[in-house]
Amino acid sequence: MFSFLVSFIPRAVVQSIPLLFGSTGEIVSEKSGNLNLGIPGVMYVGGICGVIGAFFYEHSAGGELNPALGIGIPLLCCLVGSLLMGLLYCFLTVNLRANQNVTGLAMTTFGVGFGNFFGGSLIKLVGAEIPTISLSATSHLYRTKLPFAEGLGWFGQIFFSYGFLAYVAIIIAVAASYMLNHTRAGLQLRAVGEDPATADAAGIGITRYKYLATCSGCMIAGLGGLYYVMDYANGIWANDAFGDRGWLAIALVIFTIWRPNVSIFASILFGGLYILYIFIPTGTDLAVKELYKMLPYVVTIVVLVISSLRNKRENQPPEHLGLPYFREDR
Amino acid sequence: MHITKRKEMPIGQAIAIRLGAIVVALVVCGVLTACLTGLNPVDVYAAMLKGAFGSPRKIWVLLQEIAILLCVSLALTPAFRMKFWNLGGEGQVLMGGLASAACMLLLGDKLPGPALIAVMFVTSLAAGAVWAFIPAMFKARWNTNETLFTLMMNYVATQIVAFYTIRWESPKGSGKIGVINQASHAGWLPQVGPSKYLLNILLVAILTVLVYVYLKYTKQGYEISVVGESVNTARYAGIKVERVILRTLLVSGAICGFAGFLLVGGTDHTITTTIAGGRGFTAVMVSWLAGFNPAVMVFGSFLLAFMDAGAGEISTAFMLNHSFGDILTGIILFFIIGCEFFVNYKVRFESKREVAEGV
Repeated sequence: MFSFLVSFIPRAVVQSIPLLFGSTGEIVSEKSGNLNLGIPGVMYVGGICGVIGAFFYEHSAGGELNPALGIGIPLLCCLVGSLLMGLLYCFLTVNLRANQNVTGLAMTTFGVGFGNFFGGSLIKLVGAEIPTISLSATSHLYRTKLPFAEGLGWFGQIFFSYGFLAYVAIIIAVAASYMLNHTRAGLQLRAVGEDPATADAAGIGITRYKYLATCSGCMIAGLGGLYYVMDYANGIWANDAFGDRGWLAIALVIFTIWRPNVSIFASILFGGLYILYIFIPTGTDLAVKELYKMLPYVVTIVVLVISSLRNKRENQPPEHLGLPYFREDR
Repeated sequence: MHITKRKEMPIGQAIAIRLGAIVVALVVCGVLTACLTGLNPVDVYAAMLKGAFGSPRKIWVLLQEIAILLCVSLALTPAFRMKFWNLGGEGQVLMGGLASAACMLLLGDKLPGPALIAVMFVTSLAAGAVWAFIPAMFKARWNTNETLFTLMMNYVATQIVAFYTIRWESPKGSGKIGVINQASHAGWLPQVGPSKYLLNILLVAILTVLVYVYLKYTKQGYEISVVGESVNTARYAGIKVERVILRTLLVSGAICGFAGFLLVGGTDHTITTTIAGGRGFTAVMVSWLAGFNPAVMVFGSFLLAFMDAGAGEISTAFMLNHSFGDILTGIILFFIIGCEFFVNYKVRFESKREVAEGV
């Protein structure tokens, strides 16, 4: 049992990091009243932009990578790509007051297409002579572990066997949680999401907060895509490999009732559910494994139902979630 | 800059704005394609037209794509008019398709042809309806968030289909079901006229008229609109809101199931986890952008199906990835979504002096 946990937990954690990035980003965005269903697309864009950056850097640098640039360039590309998606979403929903669900779905269509297109055609477009995109050098940098982790046995396995982005995810989640609940900016942000008319009357800049929250949310979520490609997938981009993790991240938002710090554990739980089917002995019957893959979604549905049954005020979504704000409608 | 809500825009002007947005979007798409492939944009559009209308077969496929997308859009519309965000079209289509496939496999040699098709029809509609009814029940009773509930139901449906795909795979180990009843054609919808797609297209055309009439001229359609406008008004007028939600979602899910029936019985004769092909999501945008008007949805479905077929041609011709179509679709959608603002709001630029004078 113990050795099972030592092998299971790290794998669950590795699965959970993209979900944690995605859900933290979505929570920050939703707190401003923007229900961003474009997060799955943003995560694809974040991932592929990192890949594009790393691809060009690896090619121009030849064999030797400068560690700082090798990490910095993909990171920067990823952040810029996700930021642009965030700006697009904000421009359409805040300035042009478009419907958030429709805009989000269009962003997901676009983002997933963008990722798969460049993932599948990058080599052809630049005319390079390699069969697949394999960024092992960059991935090696992203996967560098703490030097003393090896010597700590199971303890090191469970806590220190991850690339640096995993710790960044946890730090961002804790910071976001603190920011939302214990700072002035967080209070004002929540006010914008709950009741923008009142916040507006109190002199809070609605547009500014919505832009800041949604764009930083998108950038955080984009890092999830980057982590997936560079760390989890060893720098190999495969089309559609990222799968439906973006939607799971959105499900996590509900599961954690809009709390990034809870999301740290919840995403590990989801990560575990996501791969549980590998560990459940079903013999030769592969079909049953497919049913186990449904677990994270079923659990989300159950939580959704339970939280609506209990109907506690502090467990509700932001009051103005999904609605545009137009000052003159008051 | 001063923004005010418009009362009502003349219909001609509204159409002009939307067409303008589509033209601008097409130009942007053309320029982007030209940058990526190094071709001149005119050639790109020629390739797209060839991809969509190049041969009789391509035209039939295009019409079929339009019909199925339209069918799913029609299905979601009654729910959307009620402000019930049914993002579960994908799962409802899958469940409908699965029910059809199950009937074909299990009853294929037990029932005579017409009876089998009747059973498939009924079970598909029922399966789709059940898949929409579950979230609706929780929404009506406990106000559970339907956007996420229906979304999650998609993945549950996908896994159920994946389960049966392995259970019923043929040949064993291939990981897919393959064409069902290849020899006997049991459960295949009859071919009408020159193409196997014609029947599907005709059925969806009839459905379009039915949905239009249902929404516009029946009491139930009216109730849907009232609930969508204001739940409190509906309650005050004596409409049982919970019942309307449940009934509407049964209709919505059943039509999705019907789309699954058409896909499995009419054209594909098999079931895969990707048979809905993202239409459940595309249809959300088609329906919403058409302002929930079935007639306008025909045009929206055409535009998106055309872009997809055209982009497919570009991808094959220049050996690019097929996802190129999604990028173009995304760009067009952004422009259409954005232009709605100019239909609904009036923007007036005024100088500082005017503001000071209180003009």
